[in-house]
Amino acid sequence: MDDNWVLQVKDVSKAYGDNPVLNKVNLSLKRGEIHALVGENGAGKSTLMNILFGMPVIHETGGFTGEVWLKGRKSEIKSPKDAMDAGIGMVHQEFMLLPGFSVAENVKLNREPTKPNWFSKVAGPKFETINLHKMGYDTRQALDRIEIGVDEWLPLMGMPVGHRQFIEIAREIDKTDLSLIVLDEPTAVLTETESSRLLSALNKLAGSGIGVLFISHRLDEVFEIADTITVLRDGEVICTVPKHEARVENIAEMMVGRKISNSKATQPGRTTGNGNILEIRNLSVDMPGEYVNGVDLNVRKGEILGIGGLAGHGKLGIANGLMGLCHSAGTVMCDSQEIPLNDSRAALDAGLVFLSEDRRGVGLLLDESIEDNIALASVVSRNKFVKKVGPLPISVEDGKSIREHAREMISLLDIKCTGPQQSVRRLSGGNQQKVCVAKAITMEPEVLLVSEPTRGIDVGAKERVLSVIKRLNAEKGITVVMTSSELAELRSMCDRIAIMYNGKIHGILSPDAPDAEFGFCMAGGGGVPGD
Amino acid sequence: MIDSLKQVLCKFGLPRLTIMLFLVALLVVATINHLPTSMLLGNSLVRIGMNGVMVLAMVPSVQSGAGLNFGLPIGIIAGLIGMLVVMEFRLTGFLGLAIALLVACVLGIAAGYLYGLVLNRVRGQEMMIGTYAGFSIVSGMCMFWLLAPFKNPEMIWVVGGKGLRMTLAVGDSLSGILDRFWGFTLFGVKVPTGLLLVFAVACLLMGVFFKTRLGISMRIAGANPAFAVSCGINVDKMRILGTVLSTALGAMGMVIYCQSLGYVQLYTAPLMMAFPAVAAVLIGGATARKADVLNAVLGTVLFQTLLTIALPVTRSVIEGDISEVAKTIISNGMILYALTRKEGDG
Repeated sequence: MDDNWVLQVKDVSKAYGDNPVLNKVNLSLKRGEIHALVGENGAGKSTLMNILFGMPVIHETGGFTGEVWLKGRKSEIKSPKDAMDAGIGMVHQEFMLLPGFSVAENVKLNREPTKPNWFSKVAGPKFETINLHKMGYDTRQALDRIEIGVDEWLPLMGMPVGHRQFIEIAREIDKTDLSLIVLDEPTAVLTETESSRLLSALNKLAGSGIGVLFISHRLDEVFEIADTITVLRDGEVICTVPKHEARVENIAEMMVGRKISNSKATQPGRTTGNGNILEIRNLSVDMPGEYVNGVDLNVRKGEILGIGGLAGHGKLGIANGLMGLCHSAGTVMCDSQEIPLNDSRAALDAGLVFLSEDRRGVGLLLDESIEDNIALASVVSRNKFVKKVGPLPISVEDGKSIREHAREMISLLDIKCTGPQQSVRRLSGGNQQKVCVAKAITMEPEVLLVSEPTRGIDVGAKERVLSVIKRLNAEKGITVVMTSSELAELRSMCDRIAIMYNGKIHGILSPDAPDAEFGFCMAGGGGVPGD
Repeated sequence: MIDSLKQVLCKFGLPRLTIMLFLVALLVVATINHLPTSMLLGNSLVRIGMNGVMVLAMVPSVQSGAGLNFGLPIGIIAGLIGMLVVMEFRLTGFLGLAIALLVACVLGIAAGYLYGLVLNRVRGQEMMIGTYAGFSIVSGMCMFWLLAPFKNPEMIWVVGGKGLRMTLAVGDSLSGILDRFWGFTLFGVKVPTGLLLVFAVACLLMGVFFKTRLGISMRIAGANPAFAVSCGINVDKMRILGTVLSTALGAMGMVIYCQSLGYVQLYTAPLMMAFPAVAAVLIGGATARKADVLNAVLGTVLFQTLLTIALPVTRSVIEGDISEVAKTIISNGMILYALTRKEGDG
């Protein structure tokens, strides 16, 4: 009986510092079973994978508690090599392939079949000749098993991503004693036809007795191939169900639902101004992983509009496209004036200000001081905090008013720091986010685009950031478009919530709509006509 | 008290402190060995003024994100041409100097623009490409010096009557014109007032520039291009502007250098001239990603004083001339040290 289990994860917990990411996770996988692991970003899927594969990051941060059993035996996986020896194959999100090598060389890398020659008899097995014939033959076998017709001697360079994904899988299944293959979002970079080919290949693999652990947040795929579905949320297993008992909308609801249901804070019957401040028509944004494909959306003056949806469905693309940070097409009218796209200057001049989801990459100058981070963007784009140099026709930054303003912001947002001159790199995530908010406020937005404002920050900072955004909206009448993966957050903040599915607005819901309706909408079911 | 002292020391940085202490030790040895200390100090001041503007040229390049300008010889060539034009037409005095600076500046801007276009295509490898660009232009210009249509018999080879000589003497009225301007002697130290004044003004202008909107835009573009785009800054433009400024400053710096030296050195002489300038700004505490005017000033003072004083002193202690060797070791060692240490370390 026990032999049937390829993998058993028992009570695994893991914390990074004080931050728990996995809490008593249990997971079991039979021979030949396709087990889907679903969950939002940050649910702990990748951490679980890292544990299974013995990635060094786990052991460098203090290891984990709980047990991992393979084929009925308790095993200690200390390094990726241990994992490979134990028969675990891993297909990574980022390809680990060498572009200059041929397909066969990649598949057989470091496992090349060799034959002895006269020199190796003296100098040892490291000098044996590579058996090219067997190498090609084995690779062909592996490629045929997943039904991909690519020539095994072609160099990898210039091959489409789809092929690379298949080659990565071929490499794993070529390993002789493979019993479990783990795929981390394998279809994220594939086209639809490639995806369906991949899925059928996975089915074949499972048919040959290999256990498949499939991580995805595309529910349609999961329902297509999985035998069992496990939902992970906030580091906990919410449920494990056989597919025939699961329904898409339930799973979606379980993925996004949060236990803490914030009290409704928007006043009922709140009047938002009439008229649209933003009219978006047929917007397409080329943001890798978050493509937006023909969005029509009206944003009313003075409202807080939420944009939700599962990861990969394009919710982050809208704000990035509007601000000209990603290539986009379509028409956008702001106050009945068309804003040229792909021109961040024009977007800023129209009064749009963006609080990026990529805090450290886009939002901050990490090595500069807090005061400079808050003020410099406004100096450049709003001509604030400048003074004339005597009678000369040049104006320079006004250090004094920048300092004063920074102090105001530090107390308003309760930024924990040693002073306005501290560099932001050393601040915690929450305080860095507060600096970003201060920067955005300073730029005096008409429309504030907020993306994932609370990602990766602690509870106290969350409260503060959200309440400041809400106050800006209430007191200064700033229109807010807030994108978030946390449904509870959207519901506590927004007047209307647009749900993205497959790069399009699938429906616009009221924040009071039941969880099930949100889940249904995110999974691409039904949909309520917008506006 | 101790804490704040520690902070000041930290900001100043260990390398600078070490060099400072070393300098003091050198001066003590110099006094003990009865070397002409005042002359050494005077020479140091001249060398600081000569090299300062070229070191300052590193600042806009680093700030705009293009890294240390190893392509400085491009600007230096522009400066040389400026000097040659003035000498060809036998212009003298401040008029000559002004025209030399003007020609150098215009050529520097043009060359810097083209160089900036190149650098925008090789993002992330600016410093390596810059080194080769500098080497190539110096080598390429060797042909130009031979073929250039200069007619002044004092400048061209005596035999054959064509092509510029290796080393040309700058005319008497132009040579050292800034060094002499308002020059005075204090405790036996000759102070080249005009030279230092020019350096100071250049630093001041650079400092003010980085406080203007344009300067701030450039700083942001260098510090985080993605942040810059989200502020509506055209990063490519800023990088080109930084390179143009750097090249033009290099050109004008070369004019100042030549007038003080009294010679114009052609052919392969400018080949390695970027390295001392790079080393100086790094000694001043800059990194390949961060550099300000203070780094340039501090670095120039420390590096040039070290070179001027260390060599006579070592010569008085040990036999033989190790000046060129020491200069090479210090400047290249410093570059190596600065480029290998982790980002953000002081």
